[in-house]
Amino acid sequence: MIRAAGEHGLLVETGSLELSHRLDAALRAERPEGVVEIVPGPETVLVVAPGVDQARLLARVEELAGRERAKAAGGADEEQPLVTIPVVYDGADLDSVAALAGISADEVVARHTGRELVVGWLGFAPGFAYLTGLDPVLETPRLDTPRTSVPAGSVAVAGPYSAVYPSASPGGWRLLGRTATRVWDVTAEPPSLFRPGMRVRFEPA
Amino acid sequence: MIEVLTPGPYATVQDLGRPGLAHLGVPCSGAADAPSLRLANRLVGNPEGLAAIELTFGAARLRFLDAAWVALAGAPLVSGADLGVPIWVPAGGELRLGPTAWGLRTYLAVRGGIAVEPVLGSRSTDSLSGLGPEPLRAGTLLPVGSPSGVISVDLAPPPGPRPAVLRVLPGPRDDWFAPGAMAALCGGTYTVSQDSNRVGVRLRGPELARVREGELPSEGMVTGAVQVPPSGQPIVFLADHPPTGGYPVIAVVRGADLPVAAQLRPGDEVRFTARPGR
Repeated sequence: MIRAAGEHGLLVETGSLELSHRLDAALRAERPEGVVEIVPGPETVLVVAPGVDQARLLARVEELAGRERAKAAGGADEEQPLVTIPVVYDGADLDSVAALAGISADEVVARHTGRELVVGWLGFAPGFAYLTGLDPVLETPRLDTPRTSVPAGSVAVAGPYSAVYPSASPGGWRLLGRTATRVWDVTAEPPSLFRPGMRVRFEPA
Repeated sequence: MIEVLTPGPYATVQDLGRPGLAHLGVPCSGAADAPSLRLANRLVGNPEGLAAIELTFGAARLRFLDAAWVALAGAPLVSGADLGVPIWVPAGGELRLGPTAWGLRTYLAVRGGIAVEPVLGSRSTDSLSGLGPEPLRAGTLLPVGSPSGVISVDLAPPPGPRPAVLRVLPGPRDDWFAPGAMAALCGGTYTVSQDSNRVGVRLRGPELARVREGELPSEGMVTGAVQVPPSGQPIVFLADHPPTGGYPVIAVVRGADLPVAAQLRPGDEVRFTARPGR
């Protein structure tokens, strides 16, 4: 289903992150005329194109969504680039995550590095990527009281997601460690190391 | 160079923002009332998207270390300078701008544009993410760029206040609301709350009841989205809105009415209509 989001926006319901990523890639590859923003979410892709014929755009987006939907579903897209993030696992919440999960701190590290994650979408702050596919054992609620400042490069978990704080900001995610890899740099092109669909693996530094 | 003597209640540098980066979590930002920014630039012969000063409630004092052509558009000021005409300020001259007569945001364009360092292709202050220059303070020095083009407009009569009616298109999540919620949105009068800012106009008025609880999976948000948090009190998203959000959007304000939303002051009353005309 495709919903109108104002005069210039189409909100495509994909129902799955995987289809969001495939439609995002297809739209980015083709860039229909006038499209300014393509914003994938867990179950949607927003397409914003001011000043173009919305009926024509709708027809094209419907076609692309149908084509991608028809493709067989199949886990992480091996064609997506894989980025490896070295982590020093000395985070302030490593022990609390271990306690909540009922496992040792070493096993938290093993489970955090043991799976390939996928960049779901970005939001909350520039360059802040929600990394999906976290080992369910590591799912923990956010802190009751968020920290007023979390340093850039902090590697954290909350709910079913992991993340690397792109810049210093307040935050309620549980800190497992830190990385020296810069995931956000306004002077770089593109400024974000992560983009939706990309594969990510953490490894002990 | 322009020296800010007093910035008024809130003033920032704004151009047309950072479109195209929402998928990386970057708000568009840029002038809240973009047509007024464009007009102010045209009046001094600038390309429409050059950076200018966005004043909130006016009341700023600026000293021009070098002579300059300037022009104002948007909310008119009770004193200090007229809107809609190029104004020559001699070297060492000072502009003492009074508070706004109506409306909220006034744009002061300088021939050559404000030339602070761009970040991700824009000189806009993004109040949500912190990208771009700091808001103006007493003592801020603003460099001015080299002029290009010619001043070809003598006068653009400033438009009067437009009725505070925002035309909306229903959706994309109107099905999250109780039957009658659209009628409540369009039937009642809302008051602009004090905590409105460049992120959004927060409103108080008839509650928009939902039929579904909880949050949506995070999804892309457009400027003008009327987002409804669990309180049932709507927020109209302006330039610095978050690129994604988890509260349902009952309707979206038409692009032509975004400048009206951007000029609403705390305490103003505003209505919505789903009819396309006026």
